[in-house]
Amino acid sequence: MNIRPMISALRRHKTASLLIVLEIALSCAIICNALFMVVERLDRLNQPGGVAQDQLLQIQLAGTGDQDNAAAMTREDLATLRAISGVEGATLTNQVPFSGSAWDTSLALSPDQEHHTLMAAMYLGSEGFLDVMGLNLIAGRDFAADEYQDFAAVMSATDTSKLHSPILISREAADRLFPDGTALGKTVYTANIPLTIVGIIDVLARPYQSEGNWSYSIVLPLRTTYAEGSYALRVADPGRRNDILAAATSALERIDPNRIVLNQRTYEDIRTEHFSSDRAMVWLLVVVCAALLVVTALGVVGLASFWVTQRTRQIGVRRALGATRGQILRYFQAENFLLTSAGIALGMLLAYALNQVLMTRYELPRLPLAYLPAGAVVLWLLGQAAVLWPARRAASVPPAIATRGA
Amino acid sequence: MFNYYLELALRSFRRNRVLTALMVLAIALGIGASMTTLTVFYVLSGDPIPHKSRQLFNVQLDPRPLAGFQPGAEPSDQLTRFDAETLLREAKAPRQAMMTGGSGAIQPNTTTLRPFIAQFRYTTADFFSMFDAPFGFGQGWSADDDGARARVAVISKSLNDRLFAGANSVGETLRIDGNALRVVGVLEDWTISPRFYDLSTSRYGNREEVFIPFATAIDLKLSHQGSVSCHGREVANDTTALNAPCTWIQYWVELPAAAQVADYRSYLDNYSSQQRAAGRYERPPNTRLRDVMSWLDHKNIVPGDVRLQLWLAFGFLVVCLVNTVGLLLAKFLRRSGEIGVRRALGASRRAIFTQYLVEAGAIGLAGGLLGLGVSYVGLWMVRQQPVGYAGLAYLNLEMLLLTFVLAVLASVLAGLLPAWRASRVAPAIQLKSQ
Repeated sequence: MNIRPMISALRRHKTASLLIVLEIALSCAIICNALFMVVERLDRLNQPGGVAQDQLLQIQLAGTGDQDNAAAMTREDLATLRAISGVEGATLTNQVPFSGSAWDTSLALSPDQEHHTLMAAMYLGSEGFLDVMGLNLIAGRDFAADEYQDFAAVMSATDTSKLHSPILISREAADRLFPDGTALGKTVYTANIPLTIVGIIDVLARPYQSEGNWSYSIVLPLRTTYAEGSYALRVADPGRRNDILAAATSALERIDPNRIVLNQRTYEDIRTEHFSSDRAMVWLLVVVCAALLVVTALGVVGLASFWVTQRTRQIGVRRALGATRGQILRYFQAENFLLTSAGIALGMLLAYALNQVLMTRYELPRLPLAYLPAGAVVLWLLGQAAVLWPARRAASVPPAIATRGA
Repeated sequence: MFNYYLELALRSFRRNRVLTALMVLAIALGIGASMTTLTVFYVLSGDPIPHKSRQLFNVQLDPRPLAGFQPGAEPSDQLTRFDAETLLREAKAPRQAMMTGGSGAIQPNTTTLRPFIAQFRYTTADFFSMFDAPFGFGQGWSADDDGARARVAVISKSLNDRLFAGANSVGETLRIDGNALRVVGVLEDWTISPRFYDLSTSRYGNREEVFIPFATAIDLKLSHQGSVSCHGREVANDTTALNAPCTWIQYWVELPAAAQVADYRSYLDNYSSQQRAAGRYERPPNTRLRDVMSWLDHKNIVPGDVRLQLWLAFGFLVVCLVNTVGLLLAKFLRRSGEIGVRRALGASRRAIFTQYLVEAGAIGLAGGLLGLGVSYVGLWMVRQQPVGYAGLAYLNLEMLLLTFVLAVLASVLAGLLPAWRASRVAPAIQLKSQ
């Protein structure tokens, strides 16, 4: 097919051609970046927590009035919870991954280091923490029974210089502190308190993303009471977890009806809630992309049918001179391909520029180049689909029209 | 003339129903999306206390150790208890208040209600007058009550409704975590959104139900809620202690005159120097005194996602407009014959131009009307989202008017080029080819 008559035809419709090129370019730029953001958000949604995803439950209570017997009542609570059928284990923790606000602590390699190496989420775990949470220990050991201390006793210590503790640490935090991989057995410091790394956990996510990080965390063998921490339960059968959650909550309420249930939820609910705005943003971006594609397609249909109407006689002449229906159809398809290609070329530049702006203003990472051809293919397909109807109308123009006085 | 053009436009719409519908739909979608995001943006970036936002200032000091100090870097967002109490005692502003958030269990006096958790605010006497909190019954406590750690409380309207059935409860007893407080005031409905005075916990929707003197809360060891940041070389096991190296208190001052603002700034710098001389501070004076709007701006009150959505919607609107330009061009030029006849019969270029611009404007108005519907649906969808500001996303009169202005303006803008091209149609050629 000869491309020159096509170009000279387009030259006679400079404004309309430019408009369609511009529209496709803008759509291309927005869609490339929007798709990229969708993928980014989906990545966030799939952020691993490191815990037993579908078996974990959390119940958080608050006492009213004096809580002098909190430790004794916590022991009673734990015994009750462990006795519920279907419960594999129960423990106390001050927080769970993705639950929102966090207890953080700074970690440094020496007590007098000018600026800490990293901030880590500080999990306070009672006996059984590792098993109940379903964490994967990849090196070292779990805490020994005599290493657990009462959180309240530690908090009321008058001389903090005598405090020390073993800790478990997440792999990423360990790698950041000791890039040569020798974290096990080393001592790190939170302010002036030495902490000895006895084990490394594969993944233990933070309650929320902080300074771009999800997975710097440590576990301290500190026993909390229900008043300071919350109960974590692991169920054997994920299908029964909601029943067990209700049973466990009412069992706790029976022990002391004056306590208030702050939270009773499954880990999956916690995750879902934490990422709800990301999920909403994904939907929004997808809907906007779809709307953009529809509007762009309508624009193509509108202009192409205008051109077909305008060139009816010209098409008739070509048909009378021997052009087949297929040739006419392909002419309009090729014309659309040409315009779309120009739009895509311009669109890629725009997409890149837009990404630069987003990078500086919204801390978005650089757009991977793979998104550009993906966007291009989408728009080429769209253009061809949109032009099909007007092009077929053009192909059906009878040759006889050339002989009529129009 | 205008009416005639409008009639011509309507006739043209009837001839090209599908094309017209497409254009109206495209504009409606673009306008609807833009108005939805713009309304959310407007709501979120609004002034929470318009008549006073220029007189209320947030105080920031920098009590952290020298390590990591960079000149010009931002000081801590909150104050230590020691600094807040000292500033409050020295009282260099006409009004000032220190405050922090908390929570605890409320134990109703009746047996029919079970205990429940409520949000508290621990603050000092000037809080209510500074922030214009409206009282339904009674009033706030006095500075003497602060000093005497009086067991008093001001409660919200909703709590008063819940506990005392909306009656005047001044003088009644409120039981919190086993402590008895005397109600001295009941607020009217009071919404401050965003809750600018403390952005460290939930920013929208004021759910604080009980206001208690700060000293009383410390005395009763009520639990603190909000961010705490400690900077000492040694671990602080009681972060709320007077001398704990931890920042957790918001401090606001009211300074009605510009001169007072300048004075207060130098007072803060002097205070920092004194503290440094005394060995409490290590850093050179690094203070900030921001009024409400600059404080909100500093704290990035509008979430990044909302800004992104706004840009996305306007990008979408631009595409819709380019699309409309193309379609209008096609539509107008298809009527070249008609234009030729009109021109030959004496219509000026200007008349043709106006006629087509009116047609474009009419499409815009229709698009705006439909776009309004789209915005209502869009905002309804925003309100279904689990975000703190969801309940605020309503279209107000200003936004309603803006919708129409934007729609008509956008479509007239989109119509300029096609109308101009239409007015350039040469009558002779059109007539000849017919």
